[in-house]
Amino acid sequence: MKAAVVVFPGSNRERDIALALQRASYTRPVYVWHGETELPAGTDLVVLPGGFSHGDYLRCGAMAALSPIMDAVKAHAARGGYVLGVCNGFQILAEARLVPGVLMRNASLRFVCRDVHLKVEATDTAFTGGFKPGQVVRVPVAHAEGNYFTDDETLNRIEGEGQVAFRYCDADGAVTEAASPNGSARNIAGVFNAGRNVLGMMPHPENMTEDVVGGTDGAILFDSLAKALA
Amino acid sequence: MTKITPEIVAEHGLAPDEYARVLEIMGREPSITELGIFSVMWSEHCSYKSSRLHLKKLPTTGPQVICGPGENAGVVDIGDGLAAVFKMESHNHPSYIEPYQGAATGVGGILRDVFTMGARPIAILDPLRFGSPEHPKMRHLVSGVVAGIGGYGNCMGIPNVGGECTFHAAFDGNILVNAMTVGIAQQDKIFYSAAAGVGNPVVYVGSKTGRDGIHGATMASAEFDEKSEEKRPTVQVGDPFVEKLLLEACLELMAGDAIVAIQDMGAAGLTSSSVEMASKGGVGIELIMDDVPQRETGMTAYEMMLSESQERMLMVLKPGREDQARAIFEKWGLAFAVIGKVTDTGHLVLKHKGEVVGDIPVGPLTDQSPLYDRPWERTPKRAVIDAATVKGSDDLGATLETLLGTPDLCSKRWIVEQYDHLVGGDTIVRPGGDAAVVRVRDTATKGLAMTTDCTPRYCLADPVEGGKQAVVETYRNITAVGGLPLAITDCMNFGNPQRPNIMGQFVGAIEGMAEACLALDYPVVSGNVSLYNETMGTGVQPTPAIGGVGLLEDYTRSASIRFKAAAETILLVGETAGWLGASIYLREIAGSEDGAPPPVDLAAEKRNGDFVRGLIRHGEVVTCHDVADGGLLVAVAEMALAGGIGATLSTPETEVPPHAFWFGEDQGRYLMAVPPDRVEAILDQAKAADVPVTVIGTTGGAAISVDGRHKVSMSALREAHEGWLPRYMAS
Repeated sequence: MKAAVVVFPGSNRERDIALALQRASYTRPVYVWHGETELPAGTDLVVLPGGFSHGDYLRCGAMAALSPIMDAVKAHAARGGYVLGVCNGFQILAEARLVPGVLMRNASLRFVCRDVHLKVEATDTAFTGGFKPGQVVRVPVAHAEGNYFTDDETLNRIEGEGQVAFRYCDADGAVTEAASPNGSARNIAGVFNAGRNVLGMMPHPENMTEDVVGGTDGAILFDSLAKALA
Repeated sequence: MTKITPEIVAEHGLAPDEYARVLEIMGREPSITELGIFSVMWSEHCSYKSSRLHLKKLPTTGPQVICGPGENAGVVDIGDGLAAVFKMESHNHPSYIEPYQGAATGVGGILRDVFTMGARPIAILDPLRFGSPEHPKMRHLVSGVVAGIGGYGNCMGIPNVGGECTFHAAFDGNILVNAMTVGIAQQDKIFYSAAAGVGNPVVYVGSKTGRDGIHGATMASAEFDEKSEEKRPTVQVGDPFVEKLLLEACLELMAGDAIVAIQDMGAAGLTSSSVEMASKGGVGIELIMDDVPQRETGMTAYEMMLSESQERMLMVLKPGREDQARAIFEKWGLAFAVIGKVTDTGHLVLKHKGEVVGDIPVGPLTDQSPLYDRPWERTPKRAVIDAATVKGSDDLGATLETLLGTPDLCSKRWIVEQYDHLVGGDTIVRPGGDAAVVRVRDTATKGLAMTTDCTPRYCLADPVEGGKQAVVETYRNITAVGGLPLAITDCMNFGNPQRPNIMGQFVGAIEGMAEACLALDYPVVSGNVSLYNETMGTGVQPTPAIGGVGLLEDYTRSASIRFKAAAETILLVGETAGWLGASIYLREIAGSEDGAPPPVDLAAEKRNGDFVRGLIRHGEVVTCHDVADGGLLVAVAEMALAGGIGATLSTPETEVPPHAFWFGEDQGRYLMAVPPDRVEAILDQAKAADVPVTVIGTTGGAAISVDGRHKVSMSALREAHEGWLPRYMAS
């Protein structure tokens, strides 16, 4: 798997995700500065990491979505290339219209950093092939704007077409309002584009890939990608 | 030119005799810009004029110390050619006036202190002291301070892994917001602030200079009064995004060899940075004020020199390296300007619009700064309270439930969850236990343990014992995760030093701290003094906040507080005399804040600590907790709640009354939970090491019970423990 991690001014989890990719694929990803206009030749996977690109000023992800590299990312996605956006990366994907919906301020109006449980809703994708259908996994979130929103019609459509990747749930897998850290519509934690080659998600699987930091559930996502893109 | 009147001198916070010294040094009346420079450099905040004499008594050396106090941060050897770089600072005054920005820029300032030394910050910790929860302003202050700390650190991508949060009416008018940063540097790539090389360019990088924060250092050197709200404009506004860019740009430049010296612009901005660099290097510096990047038009030299605009750095570069440096800073979108040069005059010379607007000899400015041996009186000793005379508890379980729901002992989850404590992926032991453990990148298995501690009610009761206790509590917290305590940073928060009783608290705390540091080979490598934490003549409880850093050679062998399994044996390390003086039980249950605080036996601390650490390092113990605020039963409950496993306890044979045994705050104690088959061996080892270890119970069940009679369910305890803070903040 040849992966490229885009670094925007203000990205701060690029190293975390690069290490998770490296653990899964035994290949070191390449960092690409947001001001570049081309991805390295042969890139299989582009990752937009977490952080506060451009300080989250204007609107989270709004300015990064206009960075020079984003044309190349869009072209890569249009060709069927894989793109993963985590946290601020998800916000950037939403602003770039590469995945449906928007991320609003958390319902609590506060930043939230804690472990959450996710129910895996789709396992027939390159990102999630290693999960069991309906599997409940534990990974952390760390964000202030993760409240997923779109209109009911779109929600119905993406649910119908298998574009929901993960939902917040409790430890037993029950999808309840209390289990959501941010008030997301229908507890959505991650969504695919229509082609399911682009995934945006708020939780941080990259921070849950070793027993010593609290668990390995997040590693399944990177292992899935490494296997699918081997 | 502005005529310097006694009123102007007073407005600058200079005493008449201090101004007389200015005249003597200058040999003439200073310009307003020069007066401004003297005023900030000689403020309490920058000159340590009341505290310097006493700070000298702290031990600051040891084989592990690479750089002690005096630089931007302390530097300690952690092996593998790496160093831990850390410091703690206060941002108390600004945080009371404007909690979000005050706290945010406190974090920004301490992060800069650490990365100025060439270190990448790996953790932030924040000890916070708020006033009474009933105070009308307090909810607003808690909310703003926590959001400000989170807003800055989260954006920077530095995990916030620890701190404290307590409430007491003594802080109603002056909350304490302290911030500590720990970073990692290569030992051969540590940067200092001494300017050198006549003719070398002096370079300004970072944000542009505006009129914000003028006289912040002077504000931090005075008591608050009813007009303090008017000081709002002197609180700086932070921009963590720019600081993140500054961090990355500085580290990128530091990877090469272009920098001679570097100093962040913190309190007193361009003034203190240029004076420090010139003074440490024994050289002069000439600055062309016209070339300072400015955010606003029409700024005077006075305003530029005294601005405390955030996210700025001053550097001396090697000759000819300007373009290389400029390219890096421009890539990161930051201002870069050559604003002057190093000279051999020994003077700080400021030129603006073709005229010399300031010319001060740097040596006298720093060497002849005021130094006061303020009168002080020793804090009277309090009587020791006999536990038998303190109201007892008929139901230890119910008392435990009450205590866990008090502001000081309740869960601080509401705060911790607003801080990103996981970014970086190196957080091995998360906040909420004793010390946090953060992995050291690019090493096989090294980790750093870090914690901040202080018990202000002990320090008020007896500054000497309280100062000792603050140091040993960090020592114990680091030990309880398996770390070897290396060194500390201190943040001395006190009232008005011109009152002999306050000065006595300061002197006493230093005495106790020094004694503990010496006994534990645990020197002070950096620190900060915040005086005048006083409003309308009422000072805060003396709070020498201590930040400790320790080393784990193998982070896979660390311990945490959570019970890991049922049917494990709970062991108590240390002696229990049932000390209730100045305890939480006494305050919350018996309604008294009297009494002498628990004495600290430094030899026992060392013995017990070495024993516990040895067990953890050999992989024999993975569940451990220091016994502190609230005593033994509270510590057991914290372990039980963290693991979701209850405990069945029995009081050992003792003369101590039950309430004092279970809620006394005797020092030097730890709890461990171990599989039953290990107990005998541990007891044997303890005997050989002359460490008292007692079996007090077994893990398991959905309740905590004592002697079969006192019982409280885990769900009730959890509700009490988790409920208070969110309820308070929502009400």
